[in-house]
Amino acid sequence: MSDVVMQIDGKEVKAGGDMTVLQAARAAGIHIPTLCHHDKLEPFGACRMCMVEVETRGRMSYVVSCLYPVAKDLVVRTRSERVDKIRRVILEELLAHAPNSPELVELAREYRADRDRFDKDPSFCILCGLCVRYCAEVKQKNAVDFIERGALREISFIPEIAKKECWECQECFALCPTSYAQAAYFLTEALAFPGRRKASAQSA
Amino acid sequence: MDSANLDQIIEQHRGKPGDLIHVLMEVQHQNHWLPRDVLHQIAEALNIPFSRVLRIATLYKTFSLTPKGRNEVHVCTGISCHLRGANKLLDAVERATGIKPGETDAGWRFTLDTGSCLGSCSIGPEIIVNGTHHARMTPAKVEDVLKEYQ
Ligand code: SF4
Ligand code: FES
Ligand code: FES
Repeated sequence: MSDVVMQIDGKEVKAGGDMTVLQAARAAGIHIPTLCHHDKLEPFGACRMCMVEVETRGRMSYVVSCLYPVAKDLVVRTRSERVDKIRRVILEELLAHAPNSPELVELAREYRADRDRFDKDPSFCILCGLCVRYCAEVKQKNAVDFIERGALREISFIPEIAKKECWECQECFALCPTSYAQAAYFLTEALAFPGRRKASAQSA
Repeated sequence: MDSANLDQIIEQHRGKPGDLIHVLMEVQHQNHWLPRDVLHQIAEALNIPFSRVLRIATLYKTFSLTPKGRNEVHVCTGISCHLRGANKLLDAVERATGIKPGETDAGWRFTLDTGSCLGSCSIGPEIIVNGTHHARMTPAKVEDVLKEYQ
């Protein structure tokens, strides 16, 4: 697809026609915060942190930049009062779940989000899906997936698969913004193959 | 349900990942619940990761991953039925079956659940047993209706 010229934060930017707004911004050295985005994974659009303001033919709207395709003459603003407010509320909601996540705490400082705005519900997982998608798309092991729906939705390591695949990998731990992937895994380990860690430490 | 019957359902969809929800529905319908080993069998036959089968099976309320009784009783607690006394009706059903919503009795006779508007407001309050609607129910009629389901 041919290149398009658009505007991001008042700067003229040339982008590949098949890029997303997030990709175009990054290529131009403009920072947009993200939580569920990963270069090696399909865009997921779960966290809404990358929300930006776009203007086409005089109409303004708010879109998630990790999914939104670039277009000719698109005008994008990555910061504005409304954008900041959206990010602030999202952060306040996520902080109710994972109050000490370093990534969230850092962003909260930047967006002046109040960590105590909502009642705490420390599920720790913010459902970004990085662990799930990395396991499925990059490692193709599908050892961890979402279960349930709505407020009960959570990630779950599948004991039958984790038993075979996870010992040698555990690469998802480093992706998780809250360390919950690791916590969930260790519970599964205790369930699916207890004793292996101890045995391997002793033989080492 | 015998496993030959289950095998037959699953075999009809072998190699067709897009049929996942169909298979799950057929098995749920025939067997009243989805045992974990059957989910493994489905994953293998349809060539889908087991975790995805589990994700879908836990997403929809239609599917049950725990065993259910021989008879499924639903008491409507939707707004119309509520106004016509669904609460008292539910009390009566709980008394008659000895279980609360979400539970199954020790003899596997009944599984009880509630639903918010089961689609027949004009004939409420109602209970549905194994798909059959019992209209204009009263607490007094509960015993008689449930007697028919052993
Ligand atoms: S466990 Fe971590 S990586 Fe996985 S979905 Fe939850 S927050 Fe994201
Ligand atoms: S990074 Fe775009 S929605 Fe999460
Ligand atoms: S409220 Fe009971 S059927 Fe609609």
